[in-house]
Parts: sequence; C-alpha cells; structure tokens
Amino acid sequence: MSTLTAKDFVTDQEVRWCPGCGDYSILKQVQTVLPTLGIPRENIAIISGIGCSSRFPYYMNTYGMHSIHGRATAIASGLKASRPDLSVWIVTGDGDSMSIGGNHLIHLLRRNFNVQILLFNNQIYGLTKGQYSPTSEENKITKSTPFGSLDHPFNPGALALGADATFIARSMDRDPKHLQEMLRRSHAHQGTSFLEIYQNCNIFNDMAFEVFTEKGSKPEEAVFVEHGKPLLFGANQDKGIRLDGFKPQVVSMSDYSADDLWIHDEKDIYKAQILTRLFDNPTSDNHLPRPFGVFYAIDRPCYEEQLHAQVAHALSVKGKGDLDKLIAGNETWTVL
Amino acid sequence: MSGIINEIEHVVIKFAGDSGDGIQLTGSQFTTNTALRGNDLSTFPDFPAEIRAPLGTLPGVSGFQLHFSSNSVYTPGDDCDVLVAMNAAALKVNLKSIKKGGTIIVNTDGFDSKNLRLANYADDDNPLNNNSLESYTVHKIDVTKLTREALAESTLGVKEKDRAKNMFVLGFLYWMYDRDLASTKRFLEEKFGKKPDLFDSNIKALQAGYNFGDTTELFSTRYTVAKAVVKAGVYRSITGNSAISLGLVTAAQKSGLQLFLGSYPITPASDILHDLSKYKNFNVITFQAEDEIAAITSSIGASYGGSLGITTTSGPGMALKAEAMGLAMMLEIPLVIINIQRGGPSTGLPTKTEQSDLMQAYYGRNGECPIPIISASSPSDCFYVAIEACRISIEHMTPVILLSDGFIANGAEPWKFPSASDIVEIKVTFKKSLDEGEEKFLPYLRDEKLVRPWSIPGYAGLEHRIGGLEKQDITGNVSYDADNHEHMVKTRQAKVDMIANYIPEQEINLGADSGDILILGWGSTSGVITTVVQKLIKEGHSISHCHLRYIRPFPKNLGNIFKRFKKVIIPEINNGQLVKIIRDLYLVDAIAYNKIKGNPITQAELEGFIMTHTGK
Ligand SMILES: Cc1ncc(C[n+]2csc(CCOP(=O)(O)OP(=O)(O)O)c2C)c(N)n1
Ligand code: SF4
Ligand SMILES: [Mg+2]
Repeated sequence: MSTLTAKDFVTDQEVRWCPGCGDYSILKQVQTVLPTLGIPRENIAIISGIGCSSRFPYYMNTYGMHSIHGRATAIASGLKASRPDLSVWIVTGDGDSMSIGGNHLIHLLRRNFNVQILLFNNQIYGLTKGQYSPTSEENKITKSTPFGSLDHPFNPGALALGADATFIARSMDRDPKHLQEMLRRSHAHQGTSFLEIYQNCNIFNDMAFEVFTEKGSKPEEAVFVEHGKPLLFGANQDKGIRLDGFKPQVVSMSDYSADDLWIHDEKDIYKAQILTRLFDNPTSDNHLPRPFGVFYAIDRPCYEEQLHAQVAHALSVKGKGDLDKLIAGNETWTVL
Repeated sequence: MSGIINEIEHVVIKFAGDSGDGIQLTGSQFTTNTALRGNDLSTFPDFPAEIRAPLGTLPGVSGFQLHFSSNSVYTPGDDCDVLVAMNAAALKVNLKSIKKGGTIIVNTDGFDSKNLRLANYADDDNPLNNNSLESYTVHKIDVTKLTREALAESTLGVKEKDRAKNMFVLGFLYWMYDRDLASTKRFLEEKFGKKPDLFDSNIKALQAGYNFGDTTELFSTRYTVAKAVVKAGVYRSITGNSAISLGLVTAAQKSGLQLFLGSYPITPASDILHDLSKYKNFNVITFQAEDEIAAITSSIGASYGGSLGITTTSGPGMALKAEAMGLAMMLEIPLVIINIQRGGPSTGLPTKTEQSDLMQAYYGRNGECPIPIISASSPSDCFYVAIEACRISIEHMTPVILLSDGFIANGAEPWKFPSASDIVEIKVTFKKSLDEGEEKFLPYLRDEKLVRPWSIPGYAGLEHRIGGLEKQDITGNVSYDADNHEHMVKTRQAKVDMIANYIPEQEINLGADSGDILILGWGSTSGVITTVVQKLIKEGHSISHCHLRYIRPFPKNLGNIFKRFKKVIIPEINNGQLVKIIRDLYLVDAIAYNKIKGNPITQAELEGFIMTHTGK
C-alpha cells in the first residue's frame, strides 16, 4: 500500500474546471494525502452531488459516484451503513450541501457515520453560472440578485455544531500544507468529519476569501488554532485572543502573556460554540480574525458500528434466521 | 349448551365502532380464528385517517369487513350479513351496506343521547327504539355494562375495564359461530403476558361474551361454516404488507445479498418498515431516513455497495423519489421501489385505497426514463411479486417499481405458503477482476440482455466512476455527444423491453381464449373481477379475464390476446390509467370502468357495468 503515490489517484479524464479555479488545489492535496493514509485504493469511494466541485470523483482514480444535487450525504449514508469496510468521502458544494441538501447534511452529522465531508465553499453557485448561495454575504450582487441578496448567510461551522457534529474544521485552497493536515485529521477522526474548505471561484466570486488567503492580510485576518495552544495571530504572532467571560477579545501580546490567552481545546463544546461564532465580516470595525484548523473533535459512537452491533446481537440471541419458520409465521393450519 | 347450530355456506360480517374501540384488533382476531377453522376468507380493514378521531362521530368510524366461506372467496364481499355496531355512528355509516334481512348486533350503551347527537340522530329518534330497523334482526346488548359486571372484581379503573369491551363482543361472536377461544387466548398471553391484570380482564371479558351467548335464552341460533374445500397443505393467514416483507427477505436470502431498506414512514406502507426492522438476524438492515429522498438515495448507496437496496413508500413519497429513480436508472444498478398506493392527489385519502399511481410509475420522471413495473393482485401474491421484482432488478441491473395498494396491504387471506426450497435462487455475479484479455474495465459494456456488470467498491483494478450525466457507450465516461445520447436512450429502453423475453407470457386467467368480452385488470381488482367473471361464464356469457402482473414491459403475447376479443373492458380504481397505456401501445379501443371512491369496486357495480356491454 505504501507504494501508492499521488499519480495512482489520477484518472485519464481531462480536468474541466476553469483555469485558476481553487478546485485544482484541493484535488492536488487530496491526491497527495490519500496515498499516505494506508487505505487500499479499491476501498475508497468518493460520493459527490452536483456542482463544479462535485465533478471531483471523475478525476480521482478510486471508486466514485457523481450523483444528484444535494444527495451525496444520503447516498454515502446508505453506502457506509451497508459497507462499513469502505473509506467513504463526500465532496459537496455550499449550495449542494446547505441549500438543496441541507436536510441530509444535518441528519448525517447527528447520526455520525464514519465518513468525511469535504465542503468546497466558494460562496456562490458555480455550475449554474453565478447565483448567490446560502453562504454568500448579505447584499451580494449576483445574476439573480441585481439589487443585492436579502438572505442572511449560514455560518457552516456553527450549523454543523448545532447539528451535533463530532468533528468540525476549516481550511483553504491556498494553503496546501494546512489543507493536507486537515485532510489527515478528517480521515483520522472516527465519525463524521465536517471539513469546510474556502475555495476561490475565480469566475463568479473571485477573491471572496482574499483577506484570509493572501500573504499581506492573512496573518492579521486568519487565526490558526491548534489543540492545547493559545490563539495567537498577527504578522509576528504579536496578537492574541483572550476570553473575557464568554466574550472573545483581541489583545496585544505586549500587554499579555501566552498564558492569559484562550487555550484551544478541541474537546470543549462550549468553547467550540464561541470559536465557530468567530465569523465577523472582515470589513467591519474591530472585527475578530477568522479561525482555521480543527475547532471541535470528540468521540461519539458511529451509526454503522451500532447498527452492525444490533445485527450481531440479534444473531447471537436468535441465531441465523430460519427462512421456513419466518414464512410460516406463528399460526398455521393443515388441510388434509 | 343452548342454540341449534345451522350450517351456512358463507358470511360477510363487519365490525364497526370508534377507531379507539379496538375494531381492527377484533377483526384480525376473528380472522385468524376463522382461518384456523379452515374457511376461505378475504378481509377489508377500513379506517379513518385520524388516529383518534373525535369519539362517537361519523368520520371517526373504523370498520373491518370479513368474508368467510366453505367455497373459494376472492373479495371481502359487497353487503354484509352481520353488522356489529359499537355505537350509533357506526350504525349510521354502515346501514346502507347491510343486506335486507341481515343481522345487526349493537352495543346499546353506544346509543345514549350523547352518542345519538354525535351521530346526527335527533334526540327522540333512537334507531333502536323506532321502527327504522324493522327489516333486520337486531340484537341489543349492553356490552359496556356486561363487561363491567364481568370485571367487577378487577382492580382496574373503569376506563381500562371498558377497553375490554371488544373482547366481550369477540367472545360472543365466537359463541355465535361455534368457535374455539384458543387462538385469541394465545394472542392475549403474548400481548399481555407481562401485565397480569390486563391479561386477566381481557380473558374474562372474552369468556363472559362467550358465556353470555351460551346462557342467555335470547339467542336461539348459532351458525357454522364448513371447512372450505381447498388444496391440501399447510396454510397461514397473510396480509399484503407482511407478504411483501417475507418476499423481500426471501429474495435477499435466495440471492445471498444483504437486504437494505431505506424508508420514511407513510400510510399504508409503514408496516413493511416495521416488519423488516425485526428481521435483523436475516442479514436485514433497515434505515429510517429523514425523508423519502434520503430513503431512496441511501438505498442507492447500499445497492452501489453490493446490497439489495429497497425503498418503500406511497404516492406522495413516490413523487419525492422521482429524481433519484432517474439516477438509479442511469447508474443501472438494482433497486426495488415499492409503492403501496393510496387515494391521491397530494395527501389525498391516506387510509383509503386507489390504483392511483400507475401513470406516475410509468411516466413520472424527467427525460426518457423507462423503469420496469410489476403489480400485486392479492395479499399472498405480494410475496411472489416481491421476489420477482428483486429478481428482475438484480438480473437486469435496473430499478423496478412494485405497485400494491392499501386494500391488498391491509387485507388478509389464507395462504398455502411455499417451502423456502421451492423458491428458485437469484443469480448474482459481481465483477471482481478483469477477465482474461481485458485490459481496462468497461463499466457499460453489455451482455446479450444489454445488462452491464455489477461492480462494487472493494476490488482492485476495477476502480471506476459512475453518475447521472449521460455516458459514453461501453466506457461509461461522461459524454455530451449527440449521437451517443440517442443511442444510449434507445439502448436503455431496449434493455427494459427485452425483459419481456424473461417473463412468462400472459395467461387467460378465466374463460375461453377468445370471445365477446375480455376483462383486463391489474392489481387489487383481481378478486372482484374473478368473482364476477366466474358468475357470468356460468350464466352463459362469452367473457374472459386476464390479470396483469407485468406492466412494463407487458408480456409479449398481450397484443395477440386483444385481437381475439370483440371488446376489452378495463376496470380500475382510478380515473383511467392502464386503459390509456393500453390504448396507446396497442391501439385497442378499450373501454374504461372507473371508480374513485377510496374503496374497492363491488361485485354488483362491476357486474352492472359489464351487463351494459353484453348486448343481451
Ligand atoms: C434538482 C436540481 N436542481 C438544480 C440543479 C442545478 N444546479 C446544479 S449545481 C447547482 C448549484 C451548485 O452550487 P454549489 O453546490 O455551491 O457548487 P459549485 O458549483 O459552486 O461548486 C444548481 C442549482 C440541479 N442540477 N438539480
Ligand atoms: S465556475 Fe468557479 S467554481 Fe466552477 S470551475 Fe469555474 S472557477 Fe471553479
Ligand atoms: Mg458553490
């Protein structure tokens, strides 16, 4: 298995995303990480919905299904329930997962099948050529909202936490190293991993995440969280976030020491509530930076484990089913 | 023991009362007892949509009709010989369907001024006290009072005591039809074994009802119906939904596949989900999904992984599943979609029966999306049809729609069930590796049946991608090529049409193979058509009956059969659906007979209609 390389995961299909699309980087990082995970290639199934992002399976030389809009999560649930031996990855867009597929997403999260969700968030409908999506910011001017959108956007991390997700993380297409690390963490987690990836759609929503991804602004606008470490950011790690009660505040490290800061704890659901809520508009005054990394990761039994435990229990109590007895039922009579 | 026992040929009895009166339970207990007695039978449970509709009101009446006989029985009967009415509303709703001269057994306590008012009877107009029931034999029994007396020593509250009323009535009927109480005693033991006071009260009420008949001079006659002359063998009683569950498990075992049911509760399909969730030790997985879309797509995921994916629902759920059915058709993987039809459109009449969704099954998807359709014609037929649906789905790598309906789903009949070894195996071949000389896996390379290989994740060297986008022939790669699309649409259609080579030819179920009139039916109208056509043949009419199991594709010889009859009449419980498809495909001037009232077509109705076409 260790002999697999990224090349083994490339297909003969021409990749058809627009040149410059953030999807390319994500594809590359997935192809880089998968061979290192020790999973036989034939045991990997990638299930996607519909959208630019959902073309992903065609470019991955594993088993894969490009399904219908919004339903990848539900298809993956049935696949994992019936085949717990497979490594199941879901690739979905912001519209696919949170608009048409919102219902299946929350139910997958609460059930906690051991699968990975890679949510390509470009805050736009790419494939249908540029309508606003459930993650687009308010007042967005798009083809379908010439006077600005009225919808209040979803905060994906908070949504996932509200649905009792057991693993919530955020990364970005423009930070390959971080993205690779998040992919590894997602795979390592036993349960549903919800990984939101900021992905640039250079055609319909270019630079949507510029402040977080570009060299000049990234250090000031993005805070990378790590378990057990203080929330530090700034070009020279000169700023920190501390908790004043429940309220996070930015402080200067010339006034505070690392011990005074908010120490990240992936297992703390209360802190995760606050962390996922760091979602300020980066153009607003006194805003907090946007967090990246693993926000929350706890253990809870996986659905498919419990399902198959029930089956095993039924088998041990009742024995292997006797079809003739089942067909005959409890009351029979004989006609001579 | 009092009473002379008269032997009669058949009885149609209806139990009616508040939906909280335990009517369905009383009916099904009497049915089991009747079945064990060896009579042939057919039942028709008929209940309101509300779980606990307002007590005593007309819309709250729940009914259970049972037809049993020493001869063959194909329908629950038109009008009843005996009505058991637990209250005034139950009498009012059912009065029109009691035979003149029939027997009415009433619980007098259900005719107090409050009940009369709720049933819209004027205060001074108690039907038990005026002459309106003169043409019937009426037995008035104060069931409530007698039950309470029988339970005088019990420590249960009055409300709980009153709940045993139905057992009193059942006991009385067991006396009237010379029955043994054992089957219901066994049932009560299983149901209340762990609650001794409830068990006691039910048993006591049952026995008290029996003794009441035995000791009261009021009732002079008892009846018995001789065993039906049926084929020798071992029988059980079966409802359509239970038969579907058993058929699905059998198909899974016969194919060696894990069964995966993805379902979302909906009347009248939920019982299949309930049943299958109990059969875990048969390698059955059930998944109650968040909606019908997740129900079918999770099943698609399971089939993709190599399980036998099943999804069960009714009309509104079918509407939600439509897009995913198209995906399954494009993926060309096995999937059985079961629709227990009910009255539509929209939420329609959820607890009533209708052959509502044939058009939807046939045409109701985007694009050219042919999916085989198979239909069940009686409760026990559901078993065989479920197996057949799975067989076609697996052997032809296609989703299959199975249509049943509320009437068959809840109705019961005796069933001479097969032994598991009588059921033929279903052949499954997973593609596990490249064949000799095969360089690259071609997921859409077809065999002589136009069937592609079933390749599931887990096998090295066969990694491939499938999806809902149009595919290039053979490779399965995405293709927008114009000619390829036309070719693929035609190929998918041809694949479904070709199934006709693998199903039996249509037989003439009754009558000569040519003549004046052919009655063509599908689904739950089988019983009433059989009964009426049998009678008309006896009376000398030139009439035959064909009942379809396979609706898509139709059996190959169907067109030929039409040519041999002067008239084709198609009775349906809808506004004319099969008739449109038949006219379209065969250019036959078929005559529609339709009833859309939420209940089955009666013998009298069908016979009346046919007689207007006999020319005699
Ligand atoms: C049932 C259905 N409705 C609508 C569409 C059209 N559609 C395809 S993709 C899409 C939105 C895609 O947006 P997103 O999920 O964010 O993916 P992206 O293209 O941005 O990666 C829509 C509306 C469809 N394919 N199916
Ligand atoms: S439209 Fe946007 S998201 Fe889609 S491929 Fe082009 S750049 Fe990428
Ligand atoms: Mg998008």
